[in-house]
Amino acid sequence: MGYVAVRGGAEAVARAEELVECLRLMGGSTPLHLPQIRDQLRHAVSRAMHEGALYAPLLAALAVKQAEGDSIEAAFLLRAYRTTLPRVMASLPVSGREMMCLRRISASFKDIPGGQMLGPATDYLIRLLQPALANEDMSVVVRAAERYEALVAIGGQRPGEVGRFPKVADYMRQERIIVDVPPDLAREAPFDITREPLTFPCPRSARLQAMAQADTGSLMSLAYSSVRGYGDAHPTLVELRYGYLPIQVAHPLTGEPITIGEIEATEAEVASKAHSVVNSAEPPRFNVGYGFAFGQSELKVMSMAILDSVLTQARIGSLSGESGPAADEEFVLLHSDGIEASGFVAHFKLPHYVTFEADLRVLDRARDHHAERASRLGQLVDQALEEQR
Amino acid sequence: MSANIDQLYNFALLDEDAKRAIRRSLLKAVALPGHLVPFASRDLPIARGWGTGGLQITLALVTPDDTLKVIDQGDDESVNAVNLRRLITRTTGITTTVDTAAATVIQTRHRIPEEPLRDDQILVLQVPMADPLRWVEPHLERATVMHGEADYGKMWVYLYESVVRAGDLRIASQYPVIVNRRYLMDTTPIPRWDVPKLHMAETLYLFGAGREKRIYAVPPYTAVEPLQFEDYPFRTEYRPGQRCARCGAENAFLTTHFVADARGGRWEATCSDANYCAKRRAQAEATA
Amino acid sequence: MTSEHWLLHVEQLTKHFGPTCPDCRRLTGPDTGRSRCPRCGTVWACVDVNVQLAAGEVLGIVGESGSGKSTLLQMIHLAIRPDSGRIWYCDDGETPRDLLALDRYEARHFRNTRLGIVYQRPELGLNMRFSVGGNVAEKLLLAEWRHFGRIRARTAELMAKTELPPERIDDEPATFSGGMLQRVQIAKALASRPALLLLDEITSGLDVSVQARVLDLLRRIQWEDGITMLLVSHDLGVVRQLARRTIVMKNGHIVEAGLTDQILEDPQHPYTQLLVSSAL
Repeated sequence: MGYVAVRGGAEAVARAEELVECLRLMGGSTPLHLPQIRDQLRHAVSRAMHEGALYAPLLAALAVKQAEGDSIEAAFLLRAYRTTLPRVMASLPVSGREMMCLRRISASFKDIPGGQMLGPATDYLIRLLQPALANEDMSVVVRAAERYEALVAIGGQRPGEVGRFPKVADYMRQERIIVDVPPDLAREAPFDITREPLTFPCPRSARLQAMAQADTGSLMSLAYSSVRGYGDAHPTLVELRYGYLPIQVAHPLTGEPITIGEIEATEAEVASKAHSVVNSAEPPRFNVGYGFAFGQSELKVMSMAILDSVLTQARIGSLSGESGPAADEEFVLLHSDGIEASGFVAHFKLPHYVTFEADLRVLDRARDHHAERASRLGQLVDQALEEQR
Repeated sequence: MSANIDQLYNFALLDEDAKRAIRRSLLKAVALPGHLVPFASRDLPIARGWGTGGLQITLALVTPDDTLKVIDQGDDESVNAVNLRRLITRTTGITTTVDTAAATVIQTRHRIPEEPLRDDQILVLQVPMADPLRWVEPHLERATVMHGEADYGKMWVYLYESVVRAGDLRIASQYPVIVNRRYLMDTTPIPRWDVPKLHMAETLYLFGAGREKRIYAVPPYTAVEPLQFEDYPFRTEYRPGQRCARCGAENAFLTTHFVADARGGRWEATCSDANYCAKRRAQAEATA
Repeated sequence: MTSEHWLLHVEQLTKHFGPTCPDCRRLTGPDTGRSRCPRCGTVWACVDVNVQLAAGEVLGIVGESGSGKSTLLQMIHLAIRPDSGRIWYCDDGETPRDLLALDRYEARHFRNTRLGIVYQRPELGLNMRFSVGGNVAEKLLLAEWRHFGRIRARTAELMAKTELPPERIDDEPATFSGGMLQRVQIAKALASRPALLLLDEITSGLDVSVQARVLDLLRRIQWEDGITMLLVSHDLGVVRQLARRTIVMKNGHIVEAGLTDQILEDPQHPYTQLLVSSAL
């Protein structure tokens, strides 16, 4: 099939679309149902939601299906959909304190008020492929439901009950171990990068919003660089919690807060090794970094919290030692959005023959220059040889 | 307006607030020729880097009475041009054309049409990288200050070094220009061939970088001067003796491509502006 | 001094870094031996500094590190903005203008055309990725020189003037020695024929013999071009070789000013006395 040079680009585009659709179904297997994806590919759905910046599990399942499991493409579909939605109202500020936790852990202290709760942790799984998963039927679903109830009972809770816990960070603030809010970055109303142009330096709310919808892999790799050797960050996990968060809005007439539903979310706070001095009268404290994402997205919120703390430290000048690219706010925020990065990398598939022709003409001239210099050099050598003779 | 317009979405896809915000940025850009204006670039159903900046400008500008032309590499039939055109027509229902002279708005990537444009036409260029200073200063925060102070010394040294090392100004496309004797501006990846068309033109040129979230403009009758040395002047790609294999044009930007024939095929240089080439051939046939 | 034409008149220049508190001013200054307020941590880098510089004169500023002399120089270079005060500038026959009233664009233009600066560390004054010629050419390009050949000729001329081998015009700065890099900085600073040359500890860290050659070069340039210079150094020995007049700074204040010879022979302020006795 032709490409550009051949007439009929419109037809080619339409056929390409059809072919993609065919390939998805060519294998002859049963088409996927959205609830299957939502329930059994939880992490793919979460990722589509936080990177797509839209909490809509069933739509995210549709996006995952349509994108054939490509996480960036699924997030892109959700984001392109979100942009067309009217903004009816904004929710009231949500605090992680309100979270009904399924899981909460802290690495800072052995025991914490309320206790450590491992919950559905994948961290300690032995990574062996389980052949039994290859041939499951509905009986496993029934058994899982029974088992879940039993497990919850062992954990000391009644079925359907999930707990609220005090935050470790609150205790640490009380004890003046960590800063209240990273200094100099507070802003009255949160910045909205989808409505205001992001320019630098930017407020912390813009940074957090940008990272909340950034590509997980990019954040992970930048955070990794800052703790591995291209930076001086050594974060300690204050707390990571995962569970359900109620969302409230103010009643349009009475102003009363009304709960409109709950979202599944993960939240993390890390304390930085570096000391922060708010002013010279106060003793130094640790800085904090914050991470938040829809779904059970622990890698994402850990990476985000680490980067937040590194970027705050870089801003207030309390980084010691080497600071790598992860300490450069512009670098981190402008290169971690999966939709932007994937789009630009992929755009090199577009025809570039006009610019390439221009490049060729410059190459011609550089070659002429090179040849000219070489022949001049040749003449000089000839001349020298002549003189020797 | 045609009837098959997709009613699920607002006219021209973007909500009216977004369009107004973009138009405000455009006005600012026209008032400060060559100056980069940040704007809250919206998410679109087209990938970032595939023309979302140009697309947002076009969507914010068009009215039901407009006639639109979309080209990529100078060609109306290029897959990307086709794709953008079908999004715009699906959400606006406006008339499209391939005839440069008949268009009121032309959205383009990498080329400016050969046919001279008029003062009742607007050319919208898709921009991948907006800031020309990135070659010497990738940090936008610092580059913004440099633009503010017209601190373009480093850029000039970059050109100086290019002559020292390569014996010529080594920039092929996205040639940097000074607009209205004030701002350094990236011309987007148009070839040098098209750069002189920006100078004191009749037409309004609008530039949109969606991923980089910047808009800028060259209003009509504005001085646009390429960076150059008196003894190493800016030169276009023109080569004496060049000639389009199809229409015979000697003064057009040509690209080389492979043409299959009975003897296995050959390489040919032809006009990159498809409509210009077609018009010339039609004219030749009519007079023959 | 009043009968002479003055080029630069610095009036009541003050600059602090930090939050300030009511006790700041009382707890800092030369009498207390501190620049940093012990209560709130504010650093008073320059307080009510007055300096007048005659056209063609070389003025020395001495003081230990932290005395505020480099901050003063950076304020005159329009790189640091003072809290208060004025910097009057007056070309011969023109009306004086306050440089602090210039906007950033005008300030950049003024700095490019009327000022030249040489830093202690060459990487502050030079772009190490550009060739030596490119670095010198930057000043010419900013002054709208647009002929490559003439830029090269002027650069070669400046290199010869500053005792650099012109055939190394296209070499990278990294291949040059410390003394040579200072000469490259001087060549760059002189390129636009500035009215005022600012020299910030330019011979610190150089060997004594190399230091002497750089100072010789500056003396010759001053002799040939009559260029006005402001020379900042912690070393009275360096200042006495070039500057006719000297001001002594301590903890952000000027503690003594006068003819260099006079200061050396009959220092008034106890700090200057200490400085002189340790220098000689």
